[in-house]
Amino acid sequence: MPQYEKILLKNMEQPGYSGSLQDYERTGGYQALRKVLKGISPADVTDIVKNSGLRGRGGAGFPTGVKWSFVPKDHPGPKYLCCNADESEPGTFKDRQLMERDPHQLLEGMVLTCYAIGAQTGYIYIRGEFRLGATILERAIEEAKQAGYIGQNVLGSGLTANIYVHAGAGAYICGEETALLESLEGKRGMPRFKPPFPATHGLYQQPTVVNNVETLANIPHIVTRGAEWFASIGAPPRSTGTRIFCLSGHVKWPGNYEVPMGITFRELIFENGGGMRSDSKKLKGIIPGGASAAFFTEEHLDVKLDFESVAQAGSMLGSGGVTVMEEGTSMVWAAMRLMEFFYHESCGKCTPCREGSSWLLQTLQRIWARRGRAEDLDMLLDLCKNIEGRTICAFGDAEVAPVVSTLRYWRNEYEELIREAEVTRPAKGEIPVFTH
Amino acid sequence: MLLEKHQELITELLSRYPVKRSALLPLLNLAQREEGYVSEAAMKEIAKILDLTPPQVYETATFYTMLNLKPIGKFHIQICKSIMCGLVGSDDLIQWLQNRLGIRVGQTTGDRLFTLSAVECLGSCGTAPMMQINDDYYEQLTAEKVGRVLEDLRREGTSPLKSGPFMFPQPAGSR
Ligand SMILES: Cc1cc2nc3c(=O)[nH]c(=O)nc-3n(C[C@H](O)[C@H](O)[C@H](O)COP(=O)(O)O)c2cc1C
Ligand code: FES
Repeated sequence: MPQYEKILLKNMEQPGYSGSLQDYERTGGYQALRKVLKGISPADVTDIVKNSGLRGRGGAGFPTGVKWSFVPKDHPGPKYLCCNADESEPGTFKDRQLMERDPHQLLEGMVLTCYAIGAQTGYIYIRGEFRLGATILERAIEEAKQAGYIGQNVLGSGLTANIYVHAGAGAYICGEETALLESLEGKRGMPRFKPPFPATHGLYQQPTVVNNVETLANIPHIVTRGAEWFASIGAPPRSTGTRIFCLSGHVKWPGNYEVPMGITFRELIFENGGGMRSDSKKLKGIIPGGASAAFFTEEHLDVKLDFESVAQAGSMLGSGGVTVMEEGTSMVWAAMRLMEFFYHESCGKCTPCREGSSWLLQTLQRIWARRGRAEDLDMLLDLCKNIEGRTICAFGDAEVAPVVSTLRYWRNEYEELIREAEVTRPAKGEIPVFTH
Repeated sequence: MLLEKHQELITELLSRYPVKRSALLPLLNLAQREEGYVSEAAMKEIAKILDLTPPQVYETATFYTMLNLKPIGKFHIQICKSIMCGLVGSDDLIQWLQNRLGIRVGQTTGDRLFTLSAVECLGSCGTAPMMQINDDYYEQLTAEKVGRVLEDLRREGTSPLKSGPFMFPQPAGSR
């Protein structure tokens, strides 16, 4: 297996590394913060991040430094930083590891970001189920406060950077940045219309930056080692740095793999992941970037894992969740199972998404139960057309991706099930429908 | 009553936000930890603490799936049914759990010990199938392992099989 230099997982992979403040300091932790406070201006920190080419790791891939520069400098009131630790995109489990194993890396990134954008308060919006992660972060914040890295007058510099953990309570949509802000304000987590963007009207209508855990964890390293160093890793100029890909499904060794962007799916799945779980079964499909990403087939194995290449091939790098499916997996079942998720998680604000997800799910369930009709496939596509691009947030686009892409590559499977329509029970050996 | 019992914690929570209402989810979570669910009385009290109306609290509480608005069993088994877990056998485990506990998904056992829910992705798809019971994650499940967890919980109230700080795969040479 090829070895790459890791950035984010490097510390935690050292034997005995506990993620305590002491451990983190011993590996050079909080040196970036010291360096900045000794005389790099907030604008310069923003420029360093801009020049590094770092793009958001939460899903949309927006250039981080550019996002920061939208925050007004002369704003008279408070500004906020929100760390998006909602990590609810099915197939994604990297932020959890970053928080539970090396919490100070994230905290240092947050203090640096607070400094760069002029925020005095940062909230970590962590999904409610991550109780262990929240406890570990609370403890780390306490440690960092004692040591003067967080709080009033950071390291005697006059900088104020308070950081708090804020736990959600179970709602995928709260990962969408404006829904996150609504939820943080104590309301139902329903996305806001944009514009205005959070950079000018965010939390409590004040300028706010929302960044993903992995994005923020990169900041100390970029500050310490420089923009040029970071920009030379991966697939420059558009996809710089490493990414933690979360490998799941029918692979031999699932898990988190930090690799430079630009390696191929084949390398990730067959070298890092050890290939298919069962040697006798071929790869059939790939979900390349979390549940919201359009499916790929084995023909896409040589696509490179960088923002541009995956987009050109018709999907998205998304959250970094890569799920592998072997021969024999029903793609209708896969689309249906994903649609159960989207139906359950639709917040209900926009009609096309709220009603459409229910129609899509019912139609898929009908086809899967061998009660489909010939016209169902066109109806599915028609429904998708009326959802995509017609909702306030990107959830609408996400929910149609699995349907449209499985219909594109495996339409014959749908047609076969419809032909079997008179048989009402799933054939033996197939994955059963789970209803409740 | 929440306020009487957790005065200090609540004051600290409120101090984190410039707007009181932001403490709503933290307080609802606290109420649930206290009683196992969020009771109407708790919602009314929270409304008072935060200067909200009870409907404002209720409308928010009903949005979030983790908040139980009715009493549930002592151990809340939430097994993941999303696709990544589904690919590696979660459906069989759910079936197995239903048989073992003698209840269906959504029900509570007669002794009020276990409530079984099937939930969407809990962010642990590389170590699937998985479940969460109260605060703890249990991963890389087999029927045998789930059986042991249930026995542990019945006897001890806790199980050593729960997950610690997450790292997967474990790097060679650690531990
Ligand atoms: C439906 C939906 C769910 C999302 N869930 C998450 C999430 O769980 N975690 C995350 O970091 N970003 C999520 N995002 C992306 C955020 O809206 C936002 O783009 C991101 O937090 C920005 O941070 P970044 O620029 O560092 O990536 C989601 C977006 C949508 C539309
Ligand atoms: S799909 Fe089960 S934990 Fe993600």
